[in-house]
Amino acid sequence: MTSQTQVNWAVTEAPAKDAKDPVLQVVNLRVSYYTDAGRALALDNVSLSLAAGEKLGLVGESGSGKSTMALAMMRMIKPPGRIEAGQVMVGDTDLMALDDRAMLRARLSKIAYIPQGAMNSLNPVLRIGAQMADAIRAHDSRASRSDIVKRSEKALASVDLNPSVAKMYAHELSGGMKQRVCIAISILLNPSVIICDEPTSALDVVTQRQVMETIDRVQKQIGAAVILIGHDMGLMAQFVDKVAVMYAGRLMELSTVRQMFTEPKHPYAQALIHSLPNLDNKGVFAGIPGLAPSLLRLPGGCPFHPRCSKVMDVCRTVVPPFDSLPDGRKVACHLYSTDMPKAA
Amino acid sequence: MATLALPQAQSYRPSQFRLAVKYLRRNPSLAIGLAIVIGLTLFTAIGLLTVNLKHAYPLQVASRQPPSLKYPFGTDFFGADLLPAMVLGLWQTALIGILAGALGTGIGAVLGFISAYFGGFLDTAIKGVCQILTPIPGFLIQIIIAGSIDKRDVTIYTMALVVMLLAWMGPTLVIRSQVLTMKERQFVSVAELSGMGDLGIIFTEIMPNLLPFLAAAFITQVFGAIFASFGLSVLGLGPLREPLMGNIIWQAQNQNAFINGWWWWPLEPAAAVVLILSSLALINMGLDEVSNPRIRRSE
Amino acid sequence: MPELLELKNVSKVYSRGLLSKTSTTALSNVTLNLSETEPTILTVAGESGSGKTTLAMLLLGFIAPTTGEILYRGQDISKLTGDARLTFRREVQAVFQDPFAVFNPFYTVDHLLTVPIQRFKLAKSKAEAFSKMEEALMAVGLQPNEILGRFPHQLSGGQRQRINVARALLLRPRLLVADEPVSMVDASLRATILETLRNLQRSYGVSIIYITHDLTTAYHISKSIIVLYRGAVMEAGDVDVVIKSPQHPYTRLLIDSIPWPDVNRHWGETEIKARESELNVHSTGCQFYARCPFAMDKCLTPPPLFRINDHQAASCYLYDENSSIKPEQLSEMLPV
Repeated sequence: MTSQTQVNWAVTEAPAKDAKDPVLQVVNLRVSYYTDAGRALALDNVSLSLAAGEKLGLVGESGSGKSTMALAMMRMIKPPGRIEAGQVMVGDTDLMALDDRAMLRARLSKIAYIPQGAMNSLNPVLRIGAQMADAIRAHDSRASRSDIVKRSEKALASVDLNPSVAKMYAHELSGGMKQRVCIAISILLNPSVIICDEPTSALDVVTQRQVMETIDRVQKQIGAAVILIGHDMGLMAQFVDKVAVMYAGRLMELSTVRQMFTEPKHPYAQALIHSLPNLDNKGVFAGIPGLAPSLLRLPGGCPFHPRCSKVMDVCRTVVPPFDSLPDGRKVACHLYSTDMPKAA
Repeated sequence: MATLALPQAQSYRPSQFRLAVKYLRRNPSLAIGLAIVIGLTLFTAIGLLTVNLKHAYPLQVASRQPPSLKYPFGTDFFGADLLPAMVLGLWQTALIGILAGALGTGIGAVLGFISAYFGGFLDTAIKGVCQILTPIPGFLIQIIIAGSIDKRDVTIYTMALVVMLLAWMGPTLVIRSQVLTMKERQFVSVAELSGMGDLGIIFTEIMPNLLPFLAAAFITQVFGAIFASFGLSVLGLGPLREPLMGNIIWQAQNQNAFINGWWWWPLEPAAAVVLILSSLALINMGLDEVSNPRIRRSE
Repeated sequence: MPELLELKNVSKVYSRGLLSKTSTTALSNVTLNLSETEPTILTVAGESGSGKTTLAMLLLGFIAPTTGEILYRGQDISKLTGDARLTFRREVQAVFQDPFAVFNPFYTVDHLLTVPIQRFKLAKSKAEAFSKMEEALMAVGLQPNEILGRFPHQLSGGQRQRINVARALLLRPRLLVADEPVSMVDASLRATILETLRNLQRSYGVSIIYITHDLTTAYHISKSIIVLYRGAVMEAGDVDVVIKSPQHPYTRLLIDSIPWPDVNRHWGETEIKARESELNVHSTGCQFYARCPFAMDKCLTPPPLFRINDHQAASCYLYDENSSIKPEQLSEMLPV
């Protein structure tokens, strides 16, 4: 039952899609939680788009709204949370406009989600193959047994797992193997978008690399777009094409990965990048002072202004729009607002 | 599926009472159970203070009277007023239940803690004894014991003892397994690092976390005790002189109460027992939710 | 003057089964010294299953070694009783990984700080205790009036972990075992917490054993490092040298797989032999044999530590032309 990551199968790439056609478009998504203590605005007018084959990293502190974003896109927000506005277009379909049954079918076949701790949520009493069969049958109750087996084996092979894994139970697998099983389940129906929420948080560095390389390979194989949610900037640097930074439920910056690491624009993004340890600045620690605000009582204007070193008067009262810069990046900061005078 | 952990608002902190009331609205079992128990307690308390308890015994008042203004619960064949009989009976039933329940839970807690915390031979011994005694059919043994005690020695207190004798194993094993889990929690290690000794850890760190659990075990024990004592008295094995619910029904049976048209006589204690036991069961269900936040219903 | 900490040939083996014993070696033959006079930060690096948590449990006296002994200031910690044991507890503290698990959910967070103050008699009055707590909380960047009196679930993970570090500050131990103190904390807060730990060493003379799998933070905070794999020491030495020029194949794989937050530095091309390839292989020699690209026949006998230079040693036969060093001499490789 040994396996190596260098595998010799012929990779069949999915038919090339026009790189300019966005396969995912999120438009002005807004989610609130109505609790005993008041209304918490978890996501505020979040918009982004992804083309096929693109990888987006969604970073932010805990409580910034990144997991809520994933749940909202999958329409898995439960009361007291409510999706109040926005559209999520996958291809030509608006997921928000679908009825419950259609949304059930869209999950996994159009958009797949690997939640945090997925590997610990595999059913402990069913064999892996049975769980994959469940997923397939939920979408096509008339699928033949041989069809299910073939699909399962193909999925397992693409994450570099021996087909005999289908006959095993979750507890017989190592952490890395379990996570790869979750990836396999997510690609069973060739979705257009795969959302991974901290897929490697409990894994060691070497297994982490293996799992990320698997996601990369699998994504190229089926031509899906991937959203990677996490707070490990190092992983983002190695894996994604674009990075989106969230803070207190709003998008602060959306840039290519190179732009984000070499020249971040938003003060929060700058502080994040600056606080990263690297081999050239041994012993220099730079944290971000202060605390993220409670979603129940967001500060007026820009949510980051209490901690911002470049804060201006306008930041306290006016919410900065998420605008595009000339080089295609998007920033929500008054420093770059075209009709505001720059800070002196 | 996933819920968002929201940071608490800094300034708004509703009072404990309001939170408790709000919680009860969401936990109907606990609310209803508590309401019934409080109602029964009030009935018993007021009754004990106002009613003439001597009338609970035979040959006190006119017999076989249906419920009326003079005798709100009617009277029985032997001339006992059923209102003071019920009041006294409820009080005694509660006493048996609480005594046996407290004893059973107390023994269970002590043995369970010792067994789990210190482990080793003590653990194997206690666990072994419990596991050997558990499959013995408790009720049968209680019948044999109650049946062989001289009738004059059967009082409420011996009943409580008999009932508890074969019921202490359950709480012991269950509390033991809870403590075993708690023992591995990291805050226990930290307490040890902070210089706390074994006893300190048991009482300060572990026990407070098990309070809802101990409460639930207590309620279960009370339930079991009341049920067992009721069972024994219905068979005529209880303290026959006392107006326990089961005794009243046993006497009513013996006198063919229903056939003779004295419907109130067995019905009232039956209703009382149903109320007591169901309220305890409801409280238990409600407590289960309190101690296991994962099955708490969301707001 | 006895050393602060001495581990002498410490092994921990777990065996199961009544008749046929299957045994897992969590830690094999570790010898280590920490000097009393020169407080240092030593990293113990390894993935899960490497034995690093076992080492932490042994150092804190929660489990006993199967062979070998652990001496704290010259005394065997498994034989300490009474006052000596209380002193040991006071002087050897820990910061654990999970910020939530260390709090007893029944009490407010104050409990974590008040219990040791009371047990170790660190304050003569309630007022003094309170001011010590405030001082410690402010030193880690927390506002006491926002923290004291709250329950653990009302605070964020970052705040909770900072309280843990404040506890360590409050106690001023001589030896602090930090088991992955920042792995469950947001990236932006890690810097602050690590800075506090380093201050503990610099300003208060606390020796810290920093256990982690994250070599980037190890690089920043510590001076020396030992790399564990499946209970055995693979490589050890000065942290600058080991991380910038790793010699042991395992260390190389590890460094290669670190996701550097640098777009110009990519995950290396080192082939990863998946871990499952060793599920059936029971290694009697070098623990890395089943996954090593350079495995040779002689690797089936356990390799000793070979000296690479003054501040680096690796247990790998690739370097068997160098002189080998005895386990007791390992500590000489570790700069302070």
